[in-house]
Amino acid sequence: MSDTQAALRISLNGEQRTIASGQTVATLLTDLGLDRRKVAVERNEAIVSRSAYETTAIEHGDQFEIVHFIGGG
Amino acid sequence: MDGFTQQQEDTWTVAGRTFRSRLVVGTGKYKDLEETAAAIEASGAEMVTVAVRRVNLSDPGAPMLQDYVDPKRYTYLPNTAGCHTANDAVRTLRLAREAGGWNLVKLEVLGPPPHLYPDMAATHEAAEALIKDGFEVMVYCADDPVAAKRLEDMGCVAVMPLGAPIGSGLGIQNPAMISMLIEQAKVPVLVDAGVGTASDAARAMELGCDAVLLNSAIANATHPVQMARAMKAAIEAGRLARLAGRMPRRIGADPSSPLAGLIR
Repeated sequence: MSDTQAALRISLNGEQRTIASGQTVATLLTDLGLDRRKVAVERNEAIVSRSAYETTAIEHGDQFEIVHFIGGG
Repeated sequence: MDGFTQQQEDTWTVAGRTFRSRLVVGTGKYKDLEETAAAIEASGAEMVTVAVRRVNLSDPGAPMLQDYVDPKRYTYLPNTAGCHTANDAVRTLRLAREAGGWNLVKLEVLGPPPHLYPDMAATHEAAEALIKDGFEVMVYCADDPVAAKRLEDMGCVAVMPLGAPIGSGLGIQNPAMISMLIEQAKVPVLVDAGVGTASDAARAMELGCDAVLLNSAIANATHPVQMARAMKAAIEAGRLARLAGRMPRRIGADPSSPLAGLIR
């Protein structure tokens, strides 16, 4: 395994996960099977805009919230 | 021409967006997404409220609301349901803005069960933070003309007092306060919460509301799609009655048939 395969611990919607390093928000969403047009991403309480998914590298300890619209009143 | 024809272009405008339908509906509490879509269609609504929640990561392919209620057809009004602080409300709506790409939002900061009454101190704080961040805020509020005026003065684009507690279906419990609130408001006033059946929606419109926001009254009806049609008709009837100007109330009878010409 190269260094880029080292594991990172992140929080994803409140769950602790271990992922390979070298990922971006774009690759994370793809791995999760999510349609990026229908979700929004917050990283450490700051919005990650769609245009920044490819360039936003995931770092150890990052806290992500990934949300979508559901029925509500 | 009769009044009805003249009023065909009767519209209302909030934050520069113009709507023909004066019914705004929630998308919660339905049996499934098919029923949600059918009821909204039947209601004739052009604006729908939606909630913002974490994606279920264990089922990423699950159908989403947008697949059934097209955001290109309906104006999504993201809400802050479940937020109890200004910070939570701002974070939630920033995410909504990113997901949807618009600034028009519904702010609600609620007190605890069983009343879920609007927490006006927290609502004012959140409204200030949201307006500062560029949001156009339609705000759920108490039927308190002083608090509502302050929200309007802060820059909220619509004030939305409750008619009765959320999901109670108790109808318009406070017609006098709603009327006073409408009287003073320079932004649209919507009754939001409390409507239980069609006559309640008509009543709100007769009082002079610009529109009515409801969810449970349709979703919790025995036949939601039928109730959605009833609400559409009630909103139109109430609006027409408001424009028509109801007759004065009087104590005692006033015969409808002339007394002159009676046979003797």
